[in-house]
Amino acid sequence: MSSAALPVPQGIKTVGTVTVAEPVFSCRDVNVYYGDKHAIKGVNIDIARKQVLAMIGPSGCGKSTFLRCLNRMNDTILGARVEGQIALEGQDIHEKRQDVVQLRARVGMVFQKPNPFPKSIYENVAYGPRIHGLAADRGELDDIVNSSLRRAGLWEEVKDRLNQPGTSLSGGQQQRLCIARTIAVNPEVILMDEPCSALDPIATARIEDLIDELRESYAICIVTHSMQQAARVSQRTAYFHLGDLVEVGETDKIFTNPRAKLTEDYITGRFG
Amino acid sequence: MNNTSDTAHNEAREPAVLSRSAAETQALVERSLRRRYRAEQRFQAYGMAAVLSGVVFVIFLFGTILLQGISVFQQSYVKLEIFYDPEVIDPTGERDPDVLVTANYQPLVRDALRERFPEVSGRRATRELYRILSSAASLDLQQRVVANPLLIGQRETRWVLVDDNVDMLLKGKVDRDAPEDARRLSDEQVAWIDELEAAGVLKLRFNRSFFSNGDSRDPEQAGVRGALTGSLLTLLITLLLSFPIGVGAAVYLEEFAPRNRLTDIIEVNINNLAAVPSIVFGLLGLAVFIGFFGMPRSAPLVGGLVLTLLTLPTIIIASRAALKAVPPSIREAALGMGASRLQMVGHHVLPLALPGMLTGAIIGMARALGESAPLLMIGMVAFIVDVPQGVMDPSTALPVQVFLWSDLPERGFVERTSGAIIVLLLFLLVMNATAVVLRNKFEKRW
Amino acid sequence: MTPSVLLLAIVALSLIAFQVGRARALASVGGLRGVRNLHSLPGHYGLLTALWCGIPALLLALIWWSAQDQVLINLVAAELPADLRNLDPASFSLFLNDVRNVVAGNIPADQVSTETAGAASHYLRLRTISQWSIAVMALSAGVIALLIVRSRIRPEFRARNRVERLIEGLLFLCSTLAVLTTIGIVLSVVFESIRFFNIVPLTDFLFGTQWSPQMAIRADQVGSSGAFGAVPLFAGTLLISAIAMCVAVPIGLFSAIYLAEYAPYKLRGIVKPLLEVLAGVPTVVYGFFAVTTIGPLLRGWGVELGLDVSGESALAAGLVMGIMIIPFVSSLADDMITAVPQSLRDGAYALGATRSETIRQVVLRAALPGIVGGVLLAISRAIGETMIVVMAAGLAANLTANPLEAVTTVTVQIVTLLVGDQEFDSPKTLAAFALGLMLFLVTLLLNVIALYVVRKYREQYE
Repeated sequence: MSSAALPVPQGIKTVGTVTVAEPVFSCRDVNVYYGDKHAIKGVNIDIARKQVLAMIGPSGCGKSTFLRCLNRMNDTILGARVEGQIALEGQDIHEKRQDVVQLRARVGMVFQKPNPFPKSIYENVAYGPRIHGLAADRGELDDIVNSSLRRAGLWEEVKDRLNQPGTSLSGGQQQRLCIARTIAVNPEVILMDEPCSALDPIATARIEDLIDELRESYAICIVTHSMQQAARVSQRTAYFHLGDLVEVGETDKIFTNPRAKLTEDYITGRFG
Repeated sequence: MNNTSDTAHNEAREPAVLSRSAAETQALVERSLRRRYRAEQRFQAYGMAAVLSGVVFVIFLFGTILLQGISVFQQSYVKLEIFYDPEVIDPTGERDPDVLVTANYQPLVRDALRERFPEVSGRRATRELYRILSSAASLDLQQRVVANPLLIGQRETRWVLVDDNVDMLLKGKVDRDAPEDARRLSDEQVAWIDELEAAGVLKLRFNRSFFSNGDSRDPEQAGVRGALTGSLLTLLITLLLSFPIGVGAAVYLEEFAPRNRLTDIIEVNINNLAAVPSIVFGLLGLAVFIGFFGMPRSAPLVGGLVLTLLTLPTIIIASRAALKAVPPSIREAALGMGASRLQMVGHHVLPLALPGMLTGAIIGMARALGESAPLLMIGMVAFIVDVPQGVMDPSTALPVQVFLWSDLPERGFVERTSGAIIVLLLFLLVMNATAVVLRNKFEKRW
Repeated sequence: MTPSVLLLAIVALSLIAFQVGRARALASVGGLRGVRNLHSLPGHYGLLTALWCGIPALLLALIWWSAQDQVLINLVAAELPADLRNLDPASFSLFLNDVRNVVAGNIPADQVSTETAGAASHYLRLRTISQWSIAVMALSAGVIALLIVRSRIRPEFRARNRVERLIEGLLFLCSTLAVLTTIGIVLSVVFESIRFFNIVPLTDFLFGTQWSPQMAIRADQVGSSGAFGAVPLFAGTLLISAIAMCVAVPIGLFSAIYLAEYAPYKLRGIVKPLLEVLAGVPTVVYGFFAVTTIGPLLRGWGVELGLDVSGESALAAGLVMGIMIIPFVSSLADDMITAVPQSLRDGAYALGATRSETIRQVVLRAALPGIVGGVLLAISRAIGETMIVVMAAGLAANLTANPLEAVTTVTVQIVTLLVGDQEFDSPKTLAAFALGLMLFLVTLLLNVIALYVVRKYREQYE
């Protein structure tokens, strides 16, 4: 399973260590264009196993765009073009051989706004295993749904109403349902795009606890607006600014002792 | 369907599905891929087939109509030297207008044709020869003589109308090789026609009469002017009534109406009315306007009233959408200046919403122009030769004319029907294009 | 004074009223310099006077005109010699019709009997009197209103508020016209239907399987009774609508899906308007297309396959009607599909669903209520569609489920019963209204359900 880290191109501006020992994702010289707009400019970064990587930066800095590259969700956006190398376990995800359906089964994603399907709670979680043929029979499917809901910390709240529509849950519950839905496919990486921005503080705290638990099994990459959240949940932090990856490093160090001027300005609240 | 595995049972064992490695999961996903991509392709193919068949229908529909109808813009005429014989048209020699109007001009045309074929003799043969000519061929001569009596006794070369069967032969719509009794022209007649054609005196010319004549029993004489005038008069009434009323209703509902039961009822009502079959509006027109108010049947006035009620929901809905698109900030600005609600609407909201409302009105009018079922109910479906002069005159409408002609057996009328459809579609095209241009020109994004 | 002249006179009087009101308001504050002391703009006082002067006069005239013909014809009838009045009702109404025609100038007076001509001239004399009296009444009402309003104009008089209240009232009236139309529809079909059901029992109409509305002239003719069992009509309507929906729903739905989810932007830009062109084509064109092209085509294929296809088969009418409804279904479905939020699609894609899986299991599932509503509206359209079936379906009321045979529909029968000469009271004419009532009720029911479903759906995603 171990894959050699890709060599880092010379002439990069990023401050800090972009490489890690055993990367799941290894991204080199990634550029993204929306039509004429250069949204991501030559980003190099590795994502480690069983760790949370937080991506922070001011609005429009490209952190969500970068996140969406990792499971090729940018494919669905008209006029978006991705260049460079993004390797999942040593294999480029933009290669012809790479199937996007398969990729997304390995790299799950949780969105900013909870988006449960207009189906029952059970069906929401069962959907992924169903389409990918992960359960041989009804019993297995039940097991998967059951354990996914448990791991998402939702089981106790919904076990008596699995047949009710997913939209009948509260916002925080819906987001945990979406997380349960994602882990039901047994992915290797979970991408989270500001998963708490639509939630209240209590629901946010629950999700943050959940992220911390999930770290034991998955590589997690989270985009967040809140520096406190990044500090609470992540082990590594990457700071993006106008499409550039300015600094990346261990979370404690970034927040206590940023090395780049831009990072420092952002963290000390000069802009945001 | 749900939790068959209850909590206790589930905690007891750790099923294999839950402890799968990433590689195992990946292998499972891969196994299903081929089947899923085949389903994907199938699904996409259904979509393409649907779009394709829709496009084919459009092309087929317009193709057949154009193919059948485009020839209507030309009409066969024969060039003859006419002698305005005073013996025939003015035996008394008094140039009395009444006599000149009622005189029979057909012999003049017939004699002129006879002169070209001196060898034809016998009652049967001459009758066959005369049947090359339209029975309306002499109408043009009558009009000329009445306008200028000095022509009497003179000779003049005129292009006169020929029969629709000859016209169809010239346009290649009749199979020359069919057995004689399956054709409407005899071999003899075909020979005469070929002779005339070879001499260059029988040919297709621009068909003016199609645009200047009313209805007729003879295809070669029938035109759309009467129906078109009827349609325009009807539309005029519709526009004059439905636009102000529709805009008024929309303004009330959008800007003034309190949120209460009555307003709800009106709203639901308008939406439902928009989906009521048009023929029901015809029943309303028949029972109320004609039966109750005693208005004349077949009049564009009644047609206009019925179509007003029919298009009103469309216009109200479009106008409300246009009003909704005006941002509330403009209303607040006007109210903040101390304008009354009516001044706010009149000075600021209406001018901004007007292009949208006009677009809606044009689209409503286009719908009204194509509508025929309610007009059948109120009697605008008669055989009317005269072009209507006012909104009380009996008349028909263009789509109804299409309906009437499509019922007639003559080949010539198939062509006329398609021609009338082409005219109708052209009008609709212009109206819809205007609406689109208007919308694109004035559409503001706030 | 003819109606148009009177209308002009009322307009002129209103203009005068405007000037009078405005001048009076200005005078009350001592000319233009005192305008600040007026509660409203001088124009408001003018407008108020004009409205109060014009509207009552106009209303009076309109009411008078709408009743005039009925009253006059009754007056004329009352004066007729006894032998004419004792005619049977049918011939008597024919006579009155002649009188009306003479009055309207459709028939020259020298071509009718002396009684008719006499009655016509009597009518004309009465009409002149009537028109002069309404003119005098309307105009004097206007003048009186003018004087009253004028006498009440003071600087503190709130003219603007009153004008606006009046205009708001007028706008309200405009919006009630839709309700009045519905009431009008209901009343006109219900009254005639009740008369019909007095002659033909409701159960015979709803459950009878024989439809032959031609009442024989002689009692001993075949089918002299006239049968009004509408089941074959309902069956025919359903058959044709079903065929139409079989064409329109799959093609419309799949084109909407393809254009919304798969087609490249440019293709969508071309094909979508092209399909919408089908919606703008008048139905009479489809009818003609069905008769001249599709009908013969099907018949030809039928002959090759050894099938007996009627020239006016339900199949031809249904197919063409289906084509007509395609854009209706596709644009509604398109609205519903594009209303499904992108976040739902993203959710499915992120789980690794293919496009078709996302569409079938997430998008369509979310859009289902809206699409069902759209299909219901389309069915209501198919049921109420008239011209295509009048031209392409048959007249004979066959009770059959075979799409190759000719069937007839409710709308076809309404048209055939009401077009041409008709007596207002015969069961034949009344039957058309009874059919109209059925048509109205069924389509109304479908529309109400569909609009409710669609509205609930839209609210969900707004």
